[in-house]
Amino acid sequence: MTIQEWFDKRKEAQIERRARDMKGIEIETPELWTKCVHCGAQMLKTDLEENMFVCPHCDYHFRINATERIKQLFDESSFEEMFKNVLPTDPLNFVDTEPYAERLKKAHAKTGLDEAVITGIGKIEGHKIAAAVMDFDYMGGSMGSVVGEKVTRIMEEALKQKLPMLAVTSSGGARMQESALSLMQMAKTSCAAGRLDEAGILYINLLTEPTFGGITASFGTLGDIIIAEQGARIGFAGRRVIEQTIRQKLPEDFQTAEYLLKFGQVDIVSKRKNLRKTLANILDMHGV
Amino acid sequence: MTQVLDFEKPIVEIQKKIDELKKMSEESGMDLNSQIEDFEKQAQDYKKELYSKLKPSQKLQIARHPERPKFLDYVDLICEDFIELHGDREGMDDRAIIGGLAKLDGKPVMIIGIQKGKNTKENLEYNFGMPQPQGYRKALRLFKHANKFNMPIVTIIDTPGAYPGIKAEETGQGAAIAMNLREMSKLNVPIVSIITGEGCSGGALGLAVADRVMMLEHAYYTVISPEGCASILWRDASRFADAAEALKITSKDLLEFNIIDEEIKEPLGGAHCDYNETASNMKSAIVNALKELSKKSPETLKNERYNKFRAMGRFVEG
Repeated sequence: MTIQEWFDKRKEAQIERRARDMKGIEIETPELWTKCVHCGAQMLKTDLEENMFVCPHCDYHFRINATERIKQLFDESSFEEMFKNVLPTDPLNFVDTEPYAERLKKAHAKTGLDEAVITGIGKIEGHKIAAAVMDFDYMGGSMGSVVGEKVTRIMEEALKQKLPMLAVTSSGGARMQESALSLMQMAKTSCAAGRLDEAGILYINLLTEPTFGGITASFGTLGDIIIAEQGARIGFAGRRVIEQTIRQKLPEDFQTAEYLLKFGQVDIVSKRKNLRKTLANILDMHGV
Repeated sequence: MTQVLDFEKPIVEIQKKIDELKKMSEESGMDLNSQIEDFEKQAQDYKKELYSKLKPSQKLQIARHPERPKFLDYVDLICEDFIELHGDREGMDDRAIIGGLAKLDGKPVMIIGIQKGKNTKENLEYNFGMPQPQGYRKALRLFKHANKFNMPIVTIIDTPGAYPGIKAEETGQGAAIAMNLREMSKLNVPIVSIITGEGCSGGALGLAVADRVMMLEHAYYTVISPEGCASILWRDASRFADAAEALKITSKDLLEFNIIDEEIKEPLGGAHCDYNETASNMKSAIVNALKELSKKSPETLKNERYNKFRAMGRFVEG
């Protein structure tokens, strides 16, 4: 154990102890505290953040946004965003209970992002890699024209620069408000993944909570290596749709990362704190 | 007796009148021919008007008509010498996707389609046209066979979507579709796809990364079924007509967005009214497309296919 690892372990133990001590206790400064959605343990928000948004008490992995994900995976300030100028429009003039144009504005206000994916090039323990990182907070991470275009562009950039490619997915699927245009993004991104495949470029998928529908049915599962984050729910059809179709109850752990591992659908299930190291090792072993 | 859709009832009424007049003319010996002709013309005009202005939700009904021709009907009417090739070689022969060798206009092709039934018994066999991952993998095996022996590929698509089930998830429904999307983009042979009825979501696209994508006039193609969309966005599945409108699912809409290349005309009243005419229209569209595509080199085909899908989508650059 290196000294750094020893310090990390001690910090983790401290956070966990604090969380355990606080379980069920009334607190006076609620704005500083948060509760684990899984086990109910109280903890300081700063403690949760320091622990990579993983509950120190029960190991529940909170869903994180793209910015946090990039911070956790990439070497400090190594990530350079690209294609930020590709912006959404409302090609169908789609209106449901709310106009799509309004939903886009709200998503921007909520997340500060222009779309549901951040694309760019960064380094993971010194290994240069192209990446697309999805953000569930922006309209459920759904893929419309912009997500498809940015993912395709970064793959083409990886091809051009001969860089490995990483896609971190977190999405409910294709974006309904762009209908068939969204559907075609599945074809577009898969064709681009095909070019990476033909060129012998390493492509890695990191599936995170949640990854569904049009994403698992396109670039989300076309990687040479598929890693799923612990506890993430991953599937094609949603749980409710399946229940309604087959009219029977589904196993509790159905469509979790661990369940998919059991059925041979992913290569690796990893805890969040090990992801960076695992990715670096894989890149290292492929000499990229 | 063909099932009558609600919006077709006025036509049935006029037809009844015509039949009554004919009967009266016969029984009484009166010459009512001019009146009958008049009514018949009215009926015809009304029909033409009606079918040229169908709402998306009405097209949905035609696309889902139980008597609409199914994949195997088209195989019968369009091809000769069909030899079905079964199975994914990994333990299953999904009946929702059927494929094999056939001759089209005298030349060998690989024809693969999603099969629906016309009654409950058939629908149970074909799982209502909802393929399992093993169906997509069987299709991929056949794509690769066609590629190896330099045969064009024709796919016929009519599905409410890939099957949402336990085993489908356990055996990688998403991954099976994704693999087809990727591998179709690499094939060296011409590919023509036709959406003949329902073209729902990834389950349809999984056979449709083609050089030419065509749609029958009253078919629909969408990212999600209008019912599914309504239940998510409107939180009310009964709003499906609104969703069908908003999703822009018709062949006219999709031509406009360059998502399909060609619309194939249906006989008046829809494909189920005249199988032969529908099949003949389809056949000439496929033959023409293949004639044109077969002149291209494999590299050109692949590049043009890539660029076609590459260009899809609408966005702005700030």
